[in-house]
Amino acid sequence: MSIAIQTGLHAPVARSRKIKNSAATVFVTGCFLLAMIPLVWLTWTVVSKGLHAITHASWWTGDQRGISYRDGGGGMLHAFVGTVEQVAVSTLLSVPLAIFVAIYLVEYGRGRLARATSFMVDILSGLPSIVAALFVYAVFVTTFGGQRAGILVSLALVMLMVPIVVRTTEEMLKLVPDELREAAYALGVPKWRTILRVVLPTAFTGIVTGIVLGIARIAGETAPLLILVGYSRNLNSNLLSGYQGSLPGMIYDQVTNLGNTTGLDANGHRVQLHYAADRMWGTALTLIVIVMALNLIARLLARASKLSR
Amino acid sequence: MAKRIDINDLDAFYGKFLAVSGVNLTIQPRSVTAFIGPSGCGKSTVLRTLNRLHEVIPGAHVAGSVSLDGDDIYAKDVDPVDVRRTIGMVFQRPNPFPTMSIYDNVVAGLKLQAGRMKRTDLDRVVEKSLRGTNLWEEVKNRLNKAGAGLSGGQQQRLCIARAIAVEPQVLLMDEPCSSLDPISTLAIEDLVQELRERFTIVIVTHNMQQAARVSDRTAFFNLAGVGKPGQLVEVDDTQTIFSNPKDQRTEDYISGRFG
Repeated sequence: MSIAIQTGLHAPVARSRKIKNSAATVFVTGCFLLAMIPLVWLTWTVVSKGLHAITHASWWTGDQRGISYRDGGGGMLHAFVGTVEQVAVSTLLSVPLAIFVAIYLVEYGRGRLARATSFMVDILSGLPSIVAALFVYAVFVTTFGGQRAGILVSLALVMLMVPIVVRTTEEMLKLVPDELREAAYALGVPKWRTILRVVLPTAFTGIVTGIVLGIARIAGETAPLLILVGYSRNLNSNLLSGYQGSLPGMIYDQVTNLGNTTGLDANGHRVQLHYAADRMWGTALTLIVIVMALNLIARLLARASKLSR
Repeated sequence: MAKRIDINDLDAFYGKFLAVSGVNLTIQPRSVTAFIGPSGCGKSTVLRTLNRLHEVIPGAHVAGSVSLDGDDIYAKDVDPVDVRRTIGMVFQRPNPFPTMSIYDNVVAGLKLQAGRMKRTDLDRVVEKSLRGTNLWEEVKNRLNKAGAGLSGGQQQRLCIARAIAVEPQVLLMDEPCSSLDPISTLAIEDLVQELRERFTIVIVTHNMQQAARVSDRTAFFNLAGVGKPGQLVEVDDTQTIFSNPKDQRTEDYISGRFG
């Protein structure tokens, strides 16, 4: 009887493994919870402090013309327009470029040129945004005598977005099985058409996710804004000239007024001021909402492109 | 429309590595030729040289010649894309295009090769090809559903339909049943019997019973030795190979004393 227990299913080895298993489970779950703390905390802070500001109708329709830290209200339309324009232009420039680079690296690149390209992309992906901004400034303002403008921000953002999209697209293209390429070749389909009609559609979902990640990364960039376009509280939809508002710029503008915590109200009484802080959190929440909306759209797009079985 | 293949002194390389050497073989039209032999002996490599798919692997190349009814497919002025339009292929694992419906999978070759075709013509090709692979009745009500949603055996028949939709002269099959269950295997083998009326078929198989069942001619490949390239040992009528092979190595392999 006791021999059966010693060598059978209830042997001590099984018990020690059970303990190890529980310990590992607790550890892994604990790490997960630990990682969730900042995420939940951040989300809660931004939503609870920012919701008040963005639920006013004027938030989505007005700008900050003539509104100081002593005044409430105003909107973020000027910042929204600036950010959307700058990010849209850099996305339009980055995505085709990055996808072609990725196609080259995965489908065509062999030897020295491919290795050099890959190395350059690695360097670019580690490039601090402020250095990209300085480079654009040096080329377009110092050398060619141009003016600071939103379009220069777009160019700096291209340098930040391209490596992200190249890397994700590259990974997605590598995930497409060679069997599919060979199946297309075996049907007498030329290589470029195979890439266009078989490889890219198969990797579509992943590529779109990569693009959204890239947009999320550049939409919150601040250094290129400070150096290349400054900030304006007025609505300026011209990418080619003048100061331009932007969401990160607006956050920064409000932050500079956080120190002014008291002021006089209409009747001359000294009161606590919270307008700048409200707008700061509101802008932060707006930025998060925009990026999340993009993410959602991308997911829906990916789902719509799936065939039913 | 089926054509004869002549392989003359064919060497296949992967970079500097000589994988198969000195293959001489004639494959008759409207027949089934089976390639058998142990793993790594180069039978799949030889198969892939027949539609110039071997060379899509970086560094892979061949020496010698392969001709289709006398035309050398490795001649300088021959575009490999054209060769592959003439010689279709079915792979070891079913590989329907995952982004395409059943319908689009069948006409993928026609649509992607070049031109636009009229919808009615495409419809006809789809029905003909799917009937040709005995799949029509099973999928005719779900042609716009994903090809990847079919069972493994159905997927493989879909891939065969895709290959024959472009009306090739020759059909190469690289272990087409190795990932299928016995019932699906039977369906494919029956299909091979029907297709031999119209195509020249070359089939690589690990399953010797399968070679005996479906093929007219059998080619036995083997490694010349450890670390040496693969070679064609013997080719003959399937019955002769399995009952009365001339080469001792073939006899050993067939009877299971080796490999």
